[in-house]
Amino acid sequence: MAGTGKAHLRDADKAVLRIEDLVVEFPIARGKLKVHAVSGISLDILEGETLGLVGESGCGKSTTGRAIMQLPRPTSGSVVLEGQDLTKLPSDEVRAIRPKMQMIFQDPISSLNPRRKVVDIVAEPLLIWKKGTKEQIQARVREVLDTVGIDVDQAGTRRPHEFSGGQCQRICIARAVVMDPKVIICDEPVSALDVSVQAQILNLLEDMKHRYGLTLVFIAHDLAVVKNISDRVVVMYLGKMCEVGPPDDLYAEPAHPYTKALIESIPEPDPNVRPEASKVLEGDLPSPIAPPSGCRFRTRCAYAQDRCAAEEPQLRKVREGHFVACHFPLIPALD
Amino acid sequence: MTLLEVTDLKTHFKTDRGIVRAVDGVTFTLEEGHTLGVVGESGSGKSVLSRSIMGLLPKFNVIREGSVRFEGEELTAKTNKQLRKLWGTGMSMIFQDPMTSLNPVLKIGRQITEGLMLHFDFRKQQAMETAEELLRSVGIPEPARRLGEYPHQLSGGMRQRVVIAIALSCGPKLLFADEPTTALDVTVQAQILNLLAKQQSERRMAVVLVTHDLGVVAGRTDDIIVMYAGQAVEKASTTQLFANMRHPYTEALFKSIPKLSNPSHTHLDAIPGRPPNLITPPPGCRFAPRCPYAQQKCHDEMPPLITDPNDANHQYRCWFPVQVSAKPAHLVGVAAGH
Repeated sequence: MAGTGKAHLRDADKAVLRIEDLVVEFPIARGKLKVHAVSGISLDILEGETLGLVGESGCGKSTTGRAIMQLPRPTSGSVVLEGQDLTKLPSDEVRAIRPKMQMIFQDPISSLNPRRKVVDIVAEPLLIWKKGTKEQIQARVREVLDTVGIDVDQAGTRRPHEFSGGQCQRICIARAVVMDPKVIICDEPVSALDVSVQAQILNLLEDMKHRYGLTLVFIAHDLAVVKNISDRVVVMYLGKMCEVGPPDDLYAEPAHPYTKALIESIPEPDPNVRPEASKVLEGDLPSPIAPPSGCRFRTRCAYAQDRCAAEEPQLRKVREGHFVACHFPLIPALD
Repeated sequence: MTLLEVTDLKTHFKTDRGIVRAVDGVTFTLEEGHTLGVVGESGSGKSVLSRSIMGLLPKFNVIREGSVRFEGEELTAKTNKQLRKLWGTGMSMIFQDPMTSLNPVLKIGRQITEGLMLHFDFRKQQAMETAEELLRSVGIPEPARRLGEYPHQLSGGMRQRVVIAIALSCGPKLLFADEPTTALDVTVQAQILNLLAKQQSERRMAVVLVTHDLGVVAGRTDDIIVMYAGQAVEKASTTQLFANMRHPYTEALFKSIPKLSNPSHTHLDAIPGRPPNLITPPPGCRFAPRCPYAQQKCHDEMPPLITDPNDANHQYRCWFPVQVSAKPAHLVGVAAGH
C-alpha cells in the first residue's frame, strides 16, 4: 500500500482545495537522517464535501492537515486553495489567505487561552482582521456562539476552565466558524471527548457544515467516527495513501489489505461478534526514518509478494470513485 | 468459587470544594476465572473503583466504606504492609498509559524481576530467566535483548506488553485492566486484548476490564457493570445487557456510539447535557437531568437497584426502566435465542 498516484483526483476546476505530491520531511540527527512523515499525498476536496483522513498514529494524517495550513510549509508538492498555490506564495500573502482555512484541534481545553473570556476568544480573529465595527463584531460573535449552543448572556464572560471538554470544543468550533472560512481542518476533534459528548460534537459539526456551507477535512483515527461524518475517506499508512473511496463502499468492501485489517480490528459493540485472533494485524508500524521499499505496508501484509518490495503501487480505480494503491487488491482493479 | 466480593463500597475524597463521591455504594461479586467489564464515561468512578478494591488510594483525605473480600478475606482493614503480600501474587493491575506506569530510568528486566525477587526470593539469574520467558509469552520478539533496554526504546504496544508481563509475573488470581488499550491504536488494541484473553484462559485468572468503550467489553466479558456518577446503574451478563438494556443511560450510551454497521451520515442520538457534579449530585436518580424518560419521582427519589423479574442476575437502578420492546432492532434475535 502505501502508494502514490493521482488517479483519484477530480476535475481541478471543481475542487476547493487540491493537494498534489505533498511531501513533508523532518531532518533529524543534524540533518543526516530524515523522518519521512508524508511521502507523496495527492488529495482534492469539492465544495461542501467532508474528506475523512484516517490511519493509525504515525501515518502522517495530522502532518498532512498542518501542511495544508503551511504550518510548517511542506518540503515539496503543491497546495492549491481556490486556484492559488499556497506553497509558492510569500509568507505575508499566506497569512492573508489563512482566514479562509481554520483548524480545530484535538484537545479543546489546551487550545483555548485560559486567561481570556469566551467572547474575547471568539472575537479575536474578527478584531485582527478588522471585520466590521465593534457592534457588528459583537453581534457576529453572539450569533455564532448561539449556533454552537453557548449562551452569551450566561457564559460569555466566563473563562475556558469553567467549561467541560465538550463545551470547550463548541467554543473552538465557534472560533473557527466566525471568520466564515472556506475550509476547516478538524484534527482529531472528538478523540479527547467522552462518547456521549462525542456524538453531540459530531452532530454539531454536521449542522454547522450545512448552515455555513463548510468544506471539512476531518482527521481521526476512529474509523466509525470517520465513516459517520465523511463523504469521501482516505486511508493512510506511513505517509502514503492506501485507499480512497466513498465511505459506505469502502467500509463494505475494502480493497486494500490494510483497510480490511483496520476495519476488522475495531471491536463492535455486539456480544455475538466474537473477536477472532486470526484476523489481527501483527507487528508495529515500521520506522518512518527508513521506511520499507516498494509498498510500505508489505512488512505486515499477509498477501505480500516479491513485487511489493520492488515496486511501489499506484492508485488504481476499482469502482466508481473508489481507488486503491495495491498490487494485489482484494477487489480487482478496473484497468 | 467466589473470588472477589465487594459490598456497598464507597470511596469519597475530601477536597477544598467539598466531598467528592467518586464511588458511591457499589456491590458485585466475581467468580474465579471470570471476566467482568466495568463501563462508564470519565468521572463515572470506574477507575477509582478498581483502585479502591486494590487499596491503591492516597493516604490522606480519603473516606472508604464498605467491604471488599478477596478469597474470603476482608481487605479494607488491612494495612499497606499486609496488602503488599497480596499485590502481585493475589491481584495486580495494568494501567492505561504504559509510558507513565513504567519507570523511565530502569531497564525493563529490572522492572519485571522486582516482584519475582520480592515474593518468591528468586535469585537474579533465575528471575531474569523467568522474565525472559514472560516477555516471550506476551509476544515480544528478542526478549533477551529487550530485558536490557529502557521503556523509551519500545513502541507503545510493546510497552503495554511489558506492563502486562509485570502484572502477570507473580501469577495473580485477579487482574485489573484499567483502560489497557485506550492509549493504543486499533490494530495494537486488538493484539493486546487477544493477548489478555489468551493469558487469562491459560492461567484461569479473573479479570476486571475497565473501559469507556462498549465495543471492547462486548465480545470479551461474562458480566458487565455500567457506572454513572459513582454508582452501578445496571448490572447483567454481557449477552443479557446488550439484548435487553433496561437503564436509560445504558441505552443512551449505546445509541450515541457511531457504528460501523450504520451507513455514513447517520444522525447520532447524543445524550444532552453532561454528567453531574459529584460534590452535590442530584438528590434523585443521578441520570434524571439528562434522561428522556425522567418523571417527577426520578428527580425526587433515588431509585434502588431493582432485580429484573425475569432474570435474577440482571439489576438496574431505575424507576421506569426501558421497555424490552425498545431495544435496538438488530439485537432482537439475540434475546430470542437467550
